[in-house]
Amino acid sequence: MAGSNSPIETSRAGPPLWLLAELTYRCPLHCVYCSNPLDFAKVEDELSTEDWKRVFREARALGAVQLGFSGGEPMVRDDLAELVGEAHGLGFYTNLITSGVGLNEERIRGLKAAGLDHIQVSFQDSTKEVNDFLSSTRTFDLKLKVAHLVKAYGYPMVLNVVLSRLNIDHVDKIIEMALALEADFLELANTQYYGWAYLNRDHLLPSRAQIENAERVVNAYRARLGGRVKMFFVVPDYYADRPKACMNGWGSVFLSIAPDGLALPCQAARMLPGLTFPNVREASVREIWYDSPAFNAYRGESWMREPCRSCPERGRDFGGCRCQAYMLTGEAANADPVCALSPEHAHVTDAVERAQAAAVTAVRPLVFRERANSVIALSS
Amino acid sequence: MRSRSRILTTQFRLRRNELGDITAGAQPRLRPMYRLQWEEAQQAWVLLYPEGMVRLNTPAAEILKRCNGTTKVGMLVADLEQTFSATGLQSDVDEFLSEAARRGWIEFAD
Repeated sequence: MAGSNSPIETSRAGPPLWLLAELTYRCPLHCVYCSNPLDFAKVEDELSTEDWKRVFREARALGAVQLGFSGGEPMVRDDLAELVGEAHGLGFYTNLITSGVGLNEERIRGLKAAGLDHIQVSFQDSTKEVNDFLSSTRTFDLKLKVAHLVKAYGYPMVLNVVLSRLNIDHVDKIIEMALALEADFLELANTQYYGWAYLNRDHLLPSRAQIENAERVVNAYRARLGGRVKMFFVVPDYYADRPKACMNGWGSVFLSIAPDGLALPCQAARMLPGLTFPNVREASVREIWYDSPAFNAYRGESWMREPCRSCPERGRDFGGCRCQAYMLTGEAANADPVCALSPEHAHVTDAVERAQAAAVTAVRPLVFRERANSVIALSS
Repeated sequence: MRSRSRILTTQFRLRRNELGDITAGAQPRLRPMYRLQWEEAQQAWVLLYPEGMVRLNTPAAEILKRCNGTTKVGMLVADLEQTFSATGLQSDVDEFLSEAARRGWIEFAD
């Protein structure tokens, strides 16, 4: 901890405006870029319906206003509509973040009645072949059906497509698909390299030419479509020279609750060593958010080292991502090495350099997010 | 790990711009995916939409509260001027509604 004569102030925390409820790590898909932890298989003891309702009440009382139902695949929880109903009654804006699998017409109707505000449906690609390959399922046709149902029931719909080397060249077809499905928003989410995506990074990281081409296509569609479909396309941070303002700062607006009740400042933070994350089974959301050592560990600026500590941009990007700093440099308090000012920036530029080659030279074959592979990840 | 850039915590401010004219008879309403709500913790009106939030300042909130799809812009202005004992709000309201329409927050009932 910094001394009291530190020139850098620790900012007072505001409320956790964004609550992400990762209801389960169970999922019928096996996506190669899944953001769930590699050892998800060891999390078996999911929170009960009553636990979740209590978390929603406590978070709402603190000022949380956006609630995402996520996972894993949240549709595998039989109590989803009940949880949505509770959240809606509390005044949350409720978002379902789903692969579409398990979302039949009866459940769409039930969720509408419970007050669900919005559905985000993920596609892995605009083609059946690549969608089904990347998720290792046969789900493309089902997803199309679900997307039509979502619109038929009057929900605003976000289509989310995670982009990588393997599908980014289809970005025009992906936009056409979003138009055909009447999506309100299209999130062209460049892969972020955590969890399974980090394991598969050499297979997934696109080349610079691929990204520049995708950006051109997106901008051309934006100019043509005006505001018809709002498109989000953020250049992957490996290709930026400054880090992303990850989570808008640690413990700033975002609170994620894992299936087993672990409270995290982001879904990936579970990997960080030296922190004991609190559990909603043992502490209130208020205690967790404001008082727990884990949520205060990287809050504000007093934890920063150089070059962040004296950087004029520290208030804009908060030193980037703690998980990325840990994964690539071994120290979570280091500057995110995506930053060109980081002395360890070469970790990123080396990976980017490898990605310019026409053929992937990866140390291992593509690993799919499967229970068996999770166990292997555990024992290795 | 994700940058949830769609939480906008900056206040919306009225600003001059040159967008299409809004007639006094137009009836603005919030688009269905948007929800206007008072947030006690923030002591502010907010506009909520899929995975996002805009914190509104008082003039923006007072205008949007009156966008119910039946109140005509002329009436809306008159109501604001009466409520806040002000005059000459027409051009500010027009500018705000143009900007709100451009951002996709509101639409006009025919």
